[in-house]
Amino acid sequence: MKKFFLLTTFILTSLGVSRAQNEAEIIKFDRLDALIKERKNQVTVINFWATWCGPCIKELPYFEAARKTYGDKLSVNLISLDFADQLPKVHKFMERKGIESNVYLLDEIDYNSWIDRVDKSWSGAIPATLIVDGRTDKRKFVESELTEAELNRLIEEFIQNP
Amino acid sequence: MKKNSILVVVFGLVLSFAGNPVKNGYEVGDKVEDFKLKSVDGKMISLGDYKEAKGFIVVFDCNTCPYSKAYLNRIKGLNEKYADKGYPVVAVNSNDPVKSPGDTFDEMVSYANENSYEHAYLYDKDQTVAKRFGATNTPHVYILKRDDGALVVNYIGAIDNNTRDAAAADKKYVEDAVDALLDGNKPSVNKTKAIGCTIKWKAA
Repeated sequence: MKKFFLLTTFILTSLGVSRAQNEAEIIKFDRLDALIKERKNQVTVINFWATWCGPCIKELPYFEAARKTYGDKLSVNLISLDFADQLPKVHKFMERKGIESNVYLLDEIDYNSWIDRVDKSWSGAIPATLIVDGRTDKRKFVESELTEAELNRLIEEFIQNP
Repeated sequence: MKKNSILVVVFGLVLSFAGNPVKNGYEVGDKVEDFKLKSVDGKMISLGDYKEAKGFIVVFDCNTCPYSKAYLNRIKGLNEKYADKGYPVVAVNSNDPVKSPGDTFDEMVSYANENSYEHAYLYDKDQTVAKRFGATNTPHVYILKRDDGALVVNYIGAIDNNTRDAAAADKKYVEDAVDALLDGNKPSVNKTKAIGCTIKWKAA
């Protein structure tokens, strides 16, 4: 009985821990649009990725590292384009990779209705990254994989030159 | 004035050479240069070989992209529906097999066999066709129409508006465009965008 109690406590505790795990929030385009347009004293990085996208996964640690390096100066937002029914897969992935940045799953399957609203130059290929300065209207859109050095140069350029 | 316009032309040429080839590419209304690529049946295929075709549904595609897989049956369905009407599907894989090992020519042959491809599946080994078209992701469609012997781009973009679920797609861009062309009309929607896997370009 005592063993059972201990076991139950153990399970509950581990559940509690897993509940504290970072989770992806399912959003619609209006939330993303608000995130892009938000005025604040920060540079905002918005990266479009998916668990099935090899080059995306490769660059995610660079975004995580940048978030830690730049602290309050930078807001890192990872927008998963996985299908909404793949949310558990996204969560497993986040846990495995230790992703602590804000993660949103954009549940908007009619791609043609919103891709241009992120950036007119975007073909729809991922990875893609939008960087906007919350203090000004400055923005840059990059439709390609970034190296860690390229990403940091980009962020540095934004933080230094509002 | 004349000098100025020559300068503009020269400057324009310099720009077009200096520019990223991927971002250029064909627009709707452009004439397409024919290509000759190796097909999964071992033959070299060019669009000119299709003497009866009224046009083509060219699909930049591959073996490995989950979105290509999601559209696999729809792509086969397009060929089934339109090949006999004069618009066969011609799929082109331009992925660099170094970056995407599942996209070698041999893997293409197996994939086409496993999935009983009736449509052509061509290997764009040096990626020149994808670059010339301006294809960026998979699956990425270009509908071409034969006009006095020339092949003219009439549609660029997605197959429909629901990657996840074919049955839920309520805008069938490619079907609507080909139907319009078969009726002698211009497609009412001639450019769309979709999320897709980026084409795996060879390292520079």
